[in-house]
Amino acid sequence: MSIIHLKQSKIVQAQIDEFLDTISQASLAFRNGIKEYLDGEIGHFEGTIGEMARMENRADELRHSIETQLYKHSLIPEIRGDVLGLLENMDTVINAEKKTLLQFSVEMPVIPAAFGKDYLALADVSVSAAEELVTAVRAFFHDFNMVTNSLHKVYFHEKEADKISDRLKRRIFSSKLDLSHKIHLRYFALHVEDISDHAEDVADRLGISTIKRGF
Amino acid sequence: MIYLYLVSGIFLGWALGANHAANVFGTAVAAKMVRFKTAATLCSVFVILGAVLGGAGTTATLDKLGAVNALPGAFMVTLAAALAVYWMTKLKLPVSTSQAIIGSILGWNLFAGSATDIPSLARIVLSWGAAIVLTATLAAALYSLFRAVLKRTRVRLLVLDAYTRAGLIIVGAFGAYSLGANNIANVMGVFVPVVPFRNIEVAGMFTLTGVHQLFLLGGIAIAVGVFTYSHKVIQTVGNDLLKLSPLAGFIVVLATSLVLFLFSSRGLEGWLLAHGLPAIPLVPISSSQSVIGGIIGIAIVRRGRTVRYRMLGEIALGWLAAPVLAGVITFFGLFVLQNVFGQEVVRRAATVAPAAPAVVPAPLPPPRTTILPAGAPPGLTIDIPRAAPDVRPAERTVP
Repeated sequence: MSIIHLKQSKIVQAQIDEFLDTISQASLAFRNGIKEYLDGEIGHFEGTIGEMARMENRADELRHSIETQLYKHSLIPEIRGDVLGLLENMDTVINAEKKTLLQFSVEMPVIPAAFGKDYLALADVSVSAAEELVTAVRAFFHDFNMVTNSLHKVYFHEKEADKISDRLKRRIFSSKLDLSHKIHLRYFALHVEDISDHAEDVADRLGISTIKRGF
Repeated sequence: MIYLYLVSGIFLGWALGANHAANVFGTAVAAKMVRFKTAATLCSVFVILGAVLGGAGTTATLDKLGAVNALPGAFMVTLAAALAVYWMTKLKLPVSTSQAIIGSILGWNLFAGSATDIPSLARIVLSWGAAIVLTATLAAALYSLFRAVLKRTRVRLLVLDAYTRAGLIIVGAFGAYSLGANNIANVMGVFVPVVPFRNIEVAGMFTLTGVHQLFLLGGIAIAVGVFTYSHKVIQTVGNDLLKLSPLAGFIVVLATSLVLFLFSSRGLEGWLLAHGLPAIPLVPISSSQSVIGGIIGIAIVRRGRTVRYRMLGEIALGWLAAPVLAGVITFFGLFVLQNVFGQEVVRRAATVAPAAPAVVPAPLPPPRTTILPAGAPPGLTIDIPRAAPDVRPAERTVP
């Protein structure tokens, strides 16, 4: 049934699922990487960065393949642009995660033990936002009615990340550290928080696509 | 010369194909769900099948309204309808081929001094309104049903896309069949009483009658219209005027196709009558106006979406303007064809067929004079038959 493209649809669906799995795994790896860095396990941390780079490459490959298949077989034409935009923005989440870990690896910020817990909490809540985003996007393709159930959780986690980041930055700047050290620490808090901001941006797009797709 | 007269029918067929393919495949092609070549091929095949296999029902209704009995007359009737459609389209007024051809036939009746069958006319006009209401109701019901089903069943986006594609192709083919069956009467209906073709035996398997050949020719003309010009119309209609999601488009086309089928199926009419149900009149209706009815039906279900009632007013105006314009063009066209070109546009002696099998005088009227002589007993009557008149009443033919 080449006119209907059912076979191609199933192939693309499998690729989208793999893409979302990759994003989800990368978020978990990001959280592990931050923990390893804070625990001083630099060897494992470098291994996680390598793993993250491989996942990012795989996500890029899948995204290009999905894009080609959607155009080649004219699949979901009325929302194709939205879907491709969604996948591209999902890619920015994994890119931000990899970039943040790389910055930790390059700049090696000295994080006092008093702030370690806050950094880990910030990473946890940012990763939760990314995870809920993956669930919402998966629902968009699999079970449309469940999209909104996950979307509001993305927004919840993003707000939590803002709160933790704000609290962390206040604590950093009220400490007795050098100003340069304070700025360095703030810079990393911002980067970890950025993950949840990216997730929120994609969630906004997803919300619009969901309204447009409504029957 | 005889075949030259069919040109106006072929032109009207081309215009119908060019304009109306958008009603059955417009959403699918404009939304890039189905390629134009695939849609045009399917549309052409099914329009021809519908015209040849199911076009007789609506043609009979037009024949009741006014049987155009001379080929030059049929030429002018069809040409006038085509010109009216062309002119109104240029003026960007909503126009229907079905409504234009009715005006043309009425124009011919007026010119020929032939009486118009008022009940048939009333049935046709009522059917135009009923078709819009029926399409709107069907579309609203189907939309609600599909929405409920989609909420309960967790169909994946890409699988739903494939099913929608399949649905658009199936209902598009069904719509094309129904369009051919319902609207071929507009294109070739008036030529049926003066069909110039002889029956053809095809490989000893079946006979292609003159009417079948006429409908085949009309169907091919529609198909040529689909291939040569409908892509442009589809892009305009699909992208500018009636932008629908593929799923909503599927519902609208399904409702329209069902209504076109209801108003053209002799089989369904027979089945309804056999079960003691009121039959749906076999009337050529406007597929474009049915599509608008379908969109209104969906808009009503989606609360908050406003219905443009002005559009309904424009449709009603079209009901009046298209037949009047076509009727006026027909009347004057017939006058010119008869008096300037010397063509026989009306066969005056058509009521007495020279080859009729037998002609018998009409029976005498019953005795009506009763004389009672004076003193006659009660109950006695003497009947005196009335003399046969010098001039016989109109002879009647016995088939």
